[in-house]
Amino acid sequence: MSPTEVAPSLTENVTPVEAGAHVTAAAWLGDVAAFALGDGAVVLAKDGATHRVEAHPDAGVLVAASDGQRLVTGGDDGRVAVTGPDGSTRELAATGGAWIDALALHLGGAIAWSAGKRVTARDDKGREKLFEAPSSVRGLAFAPKGYRLAMSHYNGATLWFPNLETKPEALEWKGSHLDVTWSPDGRFVVTSMQENSLHGWRLQPDKGHMRMSGYPAKTRSWSWSHDGHWFATSGAEAAIVWPFDTKEGPMGKAPRECGARPAKVTQVAFHPRALVLAVGYEDGMVLLIRLTDGSELLVRRTSPGSGITALAWDRDGRCLAIGPEDGRAGILMLPG
Amino acid sequence: MPDKIPVTVLTGYLGAGKTTLLNRILTEPHGKRYAVIVNEFGEIGIDNDLVVGADEEVFEMNNGCICCTVRGDLIRIMDGLMKRKGKFDAIIVETTGLADPAPVAQTFFVDQDVSDAAKLDAVVTVADAKWLTDRLKDAPEAKNQIAFADVIVLNKIDLVSEAELAEVEARIRAINPYARIYRARNCQVPIAEVLNRNAFDLDRIVAIEPDFLEEGHHHHHDEDMQSLSIRHPGAVDPDRFMPWISDLTQREGPNILRCKGIVAFPNEPKRFVFQGVHMMLDGDLQGDWKEGEKRESRVVFIGRDLDEEAIRQGFLSTAA
Repeated sequence: MSPTEVAPSLTENVTPVEAGAHVTAAAWLGDVAAFALGDGAVVLAKDGATHRVEAHPDAGVLVAASDGQRLVTGGDDGRVAVTGPDGSTRELAATGGAWIDALALHLGGAIAWSAGKRVTARDDKGREKLFEAPSSVRGLAFAPKGYRLAMSHYNGATLWFPNLETKPEALEWKGSHLDVTWSPDGRFVVTSMQENSLHGWRLQPDKGHMRMSGYPAKTRSWSWSHDGHWFATSGAEAAIVWPFDTKEGPMGKAPRECGARPAKVTQVAFHPRALVLAVGYEDGMVLLIRLTDGSELLVRRTSPGSGITALAWDRDGRCLAIGPEDGRAGILMLPG
Repeated sequence: MPDKIPVTVLTGYLGAGKTTLLNRILTEPHGKRYAVIVNEFGEIGIDNDLVVGADEEVFEMNNGCICCTVRGDLIRIMDGLMKRKGKFDAIIVETTGLADPAPVAQTFFVDQDVSDAAKLDAVVTVADAKWLTDRLKDAPEAKNQIAFADVIVLNKIDLVSEAELAEVEARIRAINPYARIYRARNCQVPIAEVLNRNAFDLDRIVAIEPDFLEEGHHHHHDEDMQSLSIRHPGAVDPDRFMPWISDLTQREGPNILRCKGIVAFPNEPKRFVFQGVHMMLDGDLQGDWKEGEKRESRVVFIGRDLDEEAIRQGFLSTAA
């Protein structure tokens, strides 16, 4: 018997949310869960009640980012919209139709989005700066400190200070780079790649390269642990968790594998306060896994056609929003 | 397993009439909803709800294979379209007049997410009956598009004489004898013949026969692009055939645009069917040899500067 079959169950603690369409992203706006959808809506859920907001009428949400107070969505209508927990929504920017491919929010209030090669960064005072990348930008991430943006594209990533005249810094590595993230200590920039691998650059003290390969599929979801020591990734039939607790990063170290099952992991989300990882699979299952001892809790059973496409913890780590491809979403409330 | 979304690739040199054909497809009363991926954003006159602008970013894959290029923008767009599943039944990708169809086709071989969600249906090339002969001389892209095609719409036939038409068809046949040719004015072709071809579906490759059977066909030879068909009247040895085809496509991949084959293995009731694009090969045992059917082995290559004799000898040396 596999461990998951005997995992104690939290399935009774999940409140269903009928989102009705592919969940592109989930987030928490205070105590309101927000599900951004492939049909262009944002569904807000609180205390068992839901409210549908037409953030992108007749379009679809492609990407979303949240700072805990607002949900910013980018659509295939070429619009960037911002939705609040009260159900208000407004247009932040419009490209004239070009799909919004990536979005990033800065905790200081700045926002960045990309459409094709064009990246726009708007700071907290509303000043916009443009950057034209050498090829389409697939991922954006703000540095944890300072107003600096990482942009992933073909053959590497570029680090840009939008409000400084300094030349953007190129991080080169051959191939097509998808998403990009910055380690919480600002020391590493990591990208996911077309060739089912991750690539990392150590920014300090040198420009060391890290290759994290061996994935059977692309990594399209990742999460840093609250202490910044662990980096969990999707793309294999287990969550692959890399150690980043030293200056060297994961080089020369084996990753941990959590929640190995005969199904691909599609989403991972670290608990904001504990070394507990929420893992979503392509077959619809969701598990909570404690990193320290590998113990598992079942949150959602397998469900055909309902692969997990979004997971998000609330700020305190009491609630987990779960979004699947068929819109049969849910909210887990941890007991106690 | 839900049905994969069929994808038709529409190519053709500048001015041949791609957009006309696209609009014909979109306005026919077929009840199907299409997502259309066009090359220049904001292109006017496409009558469809879901039009996506693509920037034709061709990327090399990091797998040490120089001809293994894919359309990065297509991977990204497919990822986005899959979030709107149920909103459309099929996808049409229109390429620029100067585009090589190979990266589009290879995207379906290389990217797992794309091939999980969608399948390549056919490469349809629109050719200008009046100007194709000239373009085949001065534009390698035009030749690639003909060589790659499963279906060729020979458009603007009202602008040429019957003799000129026979001439241009012969030139097409010299490059690609296997594509289905439809003569058309203003792209008026039966749309059902253009769509749902399943040209890349292994279990639909039931026979490999040239499209022309007419009498008095005069043969043309293209200077650098050839098709090569080799038949062996029996089975081949899989232990020799598989390494041979794999090695050939690895070595000659940059020159081989398309290949297809149906071969017999000794004591194997099923036929081995394969098809490929440059270095990418897709093959499987498909469908039984029928009662009384001649168990023969046949391979076809379309490519540039192919060493016909070496390939012929190589294939025949794998005979069982």
